[in-house]
Amino acid sequence: MTEEMTGAQALVRALEQVGVDTVFGIPGGAILPAYDPLYDSTKVRHVLVRHEQGAGHAAEGYAQATGKVGVCMATSGPGATNLVTAIADAYMDSVPIVAITGQVAAPLIGTDAFQEADISGITMPITKHNFLVTDAADIPRTIAEAFHIAATGRPGPVLVDIAKDALQAKTAFSWPPIMRLPGYRPVTRPHSKQIREAARLMAEARRPVLYVGGGVHKAHASAELLQLAELTGIPVVTTLMAKGTFPDSHDLNLGMPGMHGTVAAVGALQRSDLLIALGTRFDDRVTGRLDTFAPHAKIIHADIDPAEISKNRHADVPIVGDCREVLNDLINAVKHEQAEGRSGDYTAWWAVLNGYRKTYPLGYDAPEDGSLAPQYVVERLSALVGPDAYYVAGVGQHQMWAAQFIGYENPGTFINSGGAGTMGFAVPAAMGAKMGAPDATVWAIDGDGCFQMTNQELATCALEGVPIKVAVINNGNLGMVRQWQTLFYNERYSNTDLQSPRRIPDFVKLAEAYGCVGLRCERPEDVDATIRKAMEINDVPVVIDFVVHKDAMVWPMVAAGTSNDEIKFARDMAPVWDNEEES
Amino acid sequence: MTRHTLSVLVENKPGVLARVAALFSRRGFNIDSLAVGPTEHDDVSRMTIVVNVAELPLEQVTKQLNKLVNVIKIVELDPAQSVQRELTLIKVRADTETRSNVLELVQLFRARCVDVATDAVTIEVTGTPDKLDAFIKVLEPFGIKELVQSGMVAIGRGARSITDRSLRALDRSA
Repeated sequence: MTEEMTGAQALVRALEQVGVDTVFGIPGGAILPAYDPLYDSTKVRHVLVRHEQGAGHAAEGYAQATGKVGVCMATSGPGATNLVTAIADAYMDSVPIVAITGQVAAPLIGTDAFQEADISGITMPITKHNFLVTDAADIPRTIAEAFHIAATGRPGPVLVDIAKDALQAKTAFSWPPIMRLPGYRPVTRPHSKQIREAARLMAEARRPVLYVGGGVHKAHASAELLQLAELTGIPVVTTLMAKGTFPDSHDLNLGMPGMHGTVAAVGALQRSDLLIALGTRFDDRVTGRLDTFAPHAKIIHADIDPAEISKNRHADVPIVGDCREVLNDLINAVKHEQAEGRSGDYTAWWAVLNGYRKTYPLGYDAPEDGSLAPQYVVERLSALVGPDAYYVAGVGQHQMWAAQFIGYENPGTFINSGGAGTMGFAVPAAMGAKMGAPDATVWAIDGDGCFQMTNQELATCALEGVPIKVAVINNGNLGMVRQWQTLFYNERYSNTDLQSPRRIPDFVKLAEAYGCVGLRCERPEDVDATIRKAMEINDVPVVIDFVVHKDAMVWPMVAAGTSNDEIKFARDMAPVWDNEEES
Repeated sequence: MTRHTLSVLVENKPGVLARVAALFSRRGFNIDSLAVGPTEHDDVSRMTIVVNVAELPLEQVTKQLNKLVNVIKIVELDPAQSVQRELTLIKVRADTETRSNVLELVQLFRARCVDVATDAVTIEVTGTPDKLDAFIKVLEPFGIKELVQSGMVAIGRGARSITDRSLRALDRSA
């Protein structure tokens, strides 16, 4: 059935039809026609944010907490360019969002009109795809295509830029539209020959490792991963994007690999003879110097994006497919191998790995002056809040501690800015996550540097009734940058001191100014009570200013550009790799 | 490093060329030659892209190109199994004394004289890059005043068409 309406009305109707219930955005001139019918929508709630970057990160948080496509909206020019950071972030972490931007009227495009920016050109390299719509009749189909592209295959951000006159023009609306995407055919079914070969290698391997990335959770395949790991007894490492995909408490879990990974996880990869890489992309933060990464390992690499396979490291067994289908097929193939009497014996391997685990557990030293260790704060959060909450982090030391010292048991419960490393991600993403999962507790673990980039969204949280909790790990510095200055720049602290002892700003007062509860904690003995107090407040957002020691560093560490073999578990402390010749 | 000729079928939409070009520059690959034009199907354009890369980066280029939503199909054309042509227009100095020598070369290379002025002729020549290079070399002594060259276009030999199957898919989805 066709109905006559404006392009703007068609846009809102299309959003309703694809199941959108929440949009984060800010109106402005070019997008204004869309905001008029949006005002009337009973299905779509628009959340008025304070900065478009916040809208983008909120859409990301919402998408990751719900598994649905997150939506943000902005006007042309600066409104759209303010979304760019969040779009790039979503692109790097494969988060499905659709960004809708207003564009100047079609006749003005290319004339340097007021608030004109070529946002589809600008976002071309950081979107999975984007559209410029200049005809009202194309709006419903484009919205359907945008949501389909964002959510399927390897998820990612899609931008739809709509000219103002297309929003104002009359058009005939009908639903569903017919999508025209002849060049878009994601492969989800893995090749059976490759699966059989993978199972054969797994049975033959002596030192295999399941190297698990964010793609496994995106494919909703945690249960299948658990089944395969338990079926084979192969150790598991979960990357930053995969924290929670496999329970941290599980005996087969060696922890996170990479620059700040555990000695056991990094050591396992380096000594492995077979990596079963699932939904992961051999990122430089995991591999360290690539030519020395896992030098003895054959590689089984399964990913839904064919371009990831053999991009950084040659795959001996390439598998293109959805991780859930891959894992299901692998489970069957492994069972078949086992029924034929072929199963791997990893006893000697586990003896080595358990040695690493025992000798080099994650740890930290409490500051000698009795001040607060940031790791202790995160550790207590984990103990008191537990694994049912969502934890949202930005980038830097606080993010690494949140990865290391929170015990994740549930898939998708750690939301952070992995690939892009975006400061300011946590507060708006936590807001989006809380709106997507209103019954869950959502804690943002943020650094004081990150927090100051996007904390204005606390106003949005307070006004819209989104009671997130924010633990600011306040060391008064751009901590991770300072750590690098300590280690690699002769302790020359160029422009990393945020001078927080002067309390500019005072985070407690700032929280109160934004209609939130502000708490401060400066001593180890107050940590539990402060967290408990925050846990009791569920009607407004809470911000805790944890004033922590500035010299705490994230360990272990593989220095950028060096080999994983050079990992240090504390400053100048390298593990002793015994059983070097064990095979 | 070797030269590879890629035939890329793309949707005939605005901005597709920019996407392809941007992808090459972002991923750090150089385009030696690029030609874009219509095909027998209105909705489909064909790009012929010549890249100078080793085998592994070529695989990466192809995979990344395939990820572009507007890219329908990519085929690498083997020079031995395909016809590959470039077109060059050359304006060369030729007065009454030298004109006949120039025209003799035009004959030898099966080129065509497309414009004559009192002291210059304009020549159209098609062929493989090798042939065009050779032709330009023998014309150089006369004085080349201006030269313009198209990107390479290429098509596979034999009866098979690379567009058949992918365009059927296009018809289905349209």
